[in-house]
Amino acid sequence: MAETRPAVVSAKGLGLTFETNDGPVHALSDVNLEIEKGEFVSFIGPSGCGKTTFLRVIADLEQPTAGEITVNGMTPDEARRKRAYGYVFQAPALYPWRTIARNIALPLEVMGFARQEQARRIRETLEMVNLTGFENKYPWQLSGGMQQRASIARALAFDADLLLMDEPFGALDEIVRDHLNSQLLELWARTSKTIAFVTHSIPEAVYLSTKIVVMSPRPGRVTDVIASTLPLERPLDIRETPEFLEIAHRVREGLRAGHSYEDAV
Amino acid sequence: MKRVMSGTTGPVLIVLAVLLVVWYAAATLMNASWQTRLYERAGKTDVPLTQYLGDLWSQSKPLLPAPHQIVVEVYANTFAPIVGCWTAADPGKVDRLTCTGAQIVRQFAVSKRSFLYHAGITLTATLLGFAFGTVLGLLLAVMIIHIEAMNRSLMPWIIASQTVPILAIAPMLVVGLNAVGVTGLVPKALISTYLSFFPVVVGMVKGLRSPDQMQLDLMHTYSATRTQIFTKLRWPASMPFLFASMKVGVAIALIGALVAELTNTAAGGLGVRLLTGSYNGQTITLWAVLLMAATLAAILVIGVGIAERIVLRRMGQGA
Repeated sequence: MAETRPAVVSAKGLGLTFETNDGPVHALSDVNLEIEKGEFVSFIGPSGCGKTTFLRVIADLEQPTAGEITVNGMTPDEARRKRAYGYVFQAPALYPWRTIARNIALPLEVMGFARQEQARRIRETLEMVNLTGFENKYPWQLSGGMQQRASIARALAFDADLLLMDEPFGALDEIVRDHLNSQLLELWARTSKTIAFVTHSIPEAVYLSTKIVVMSPRPGRVTDVIASTLPLERPLDIRETPEFLEIAHRVREGLRAGHSYEDAV
Repeated sequence: MKRVMSGTTGPVLIVLAVLLVVWYAAATLMNASWQTRLYERAGKTDVPLTQYLGDLWSQSKPLLPAPHQIVVEVYANTFAPIVGCWTAADPGKVDRLTCTGAQIVRQFAVSKRSFLYHAGITLTATLLGFAFGTVLGLLLAVMIIHIEAMNRSLMPWIIASQTVPILAIAPMLVVGLNAVGVTGLVPKALISTYLSFFPVVVGMVKGLRSPDQMQLDLMHTYSATRTQIFTKLRWPASMPFLFASMKVGVAIALIGALVAELTNTAAGGLGVRLLTGSYNGQTITLWAVLLMAATLAAILVIGVGIAERIVLRRMGQGA
């Protein structure tokens, strides 16, 4: 990665401290990070390391208390107003009174897309996440994995170049998760979006990412940034190759260096 | 048998049967001493049991009327005149359409003894007051949700409003409005409004706040306006709360209308029939009017329930 690509997200000395009744909690401390266009960046670390908080800062859902951050060269607030990103939450957060198609239409309605354009985008994004034919189903009629795919379709529908995903597959079983991971890679290859992906699974982080950001709690900070040497074409059994295990080992070392294991137990 | 008991019909019928048994027993016990006095006056002794019970359950002013007396009284004051017209018109050929058309209108317009006529008056005030109350409740809830000053200041007053006895408020409101020239239906409806807005405010404040943080964050990431958040998230999320509130609201709107009618006996209504019944010691009429009012309330609540099922089904939550 010798050529310099424009930074989609750029954080310098970023810090966020929550004031609580038990004193200040340093959710993020001196985070310096660049996410370049087209990258797939995973954030891994134990709970409390600030990985979700960092994603929420990018999305303008939390306000940093120190340092600077830009999204597409703008403040997070401006970027949000320009609809620069799609956000996928830990739970599907589909609106139960809307069908799958109407759920995907939600951001399009809010952003004022024309009816015809809405229909086209719904069709296209449903096709992307392999949910064609489920347009008129309600969320409760779908499995958890399908619901989360629908929520990804919803985040894709309005053509944001940046996709922020906060442990999107955390609540799913491993078989479904494997399946969705490979689908997500296909999607990423097809759409050339930039993806920031929060996870607490080492294999998931290594399998998906071009860059892995290892984080550590109290205070939440970045302990290591690992560039993946894996090829972009990744079948599921790549996870048994020595190269894969090597990177996974480095991630584990990074977590250990941040005392993540002692803290987590 | 199993199928009947698996739904609600069977259990409800059993409860009804138990109620009837208890009621007849209570009617027997409560009216017994008066029946004994009546027999003493008439000099009757050794009355057989069947005749005794027959007399006991057909007193003209019993302490507690037997259920069948109430049913007969309701029928006599509602459908009897109409059914009478069927048989009187032409015994050979019953033309229901013209018969009911002409006769029912006459029932409502002319016969001020008919419970249907009075129920119609009460129903009109109830529905108008309920509509006012629901709209008022919604407006207050929307303001409480969106304006912080309202959120902090309004709720205690709303709760306080319901601690004032409606029986004390009603005459003041009716007289007060009369003084400024508002008479007739509206003052009665306003008493219903006064009662029925309350459950709607309480329910809708909760309902409009029911979306979870994730659903709200989602809207924030779309840079949705407050109006969009309201119409696309808060309002649909609050529908189950709205209908639960409206079921309570419509029932107490009826109470409000009944109480309001006590203040102006000339205008009619089921409340007036209750009042005259109690003045004249017509216990059977009293109970019959109560039965009418209860039936009316049940119909109203069921009506809201049907609306709820239609709306929720269209929102994919029907079952």
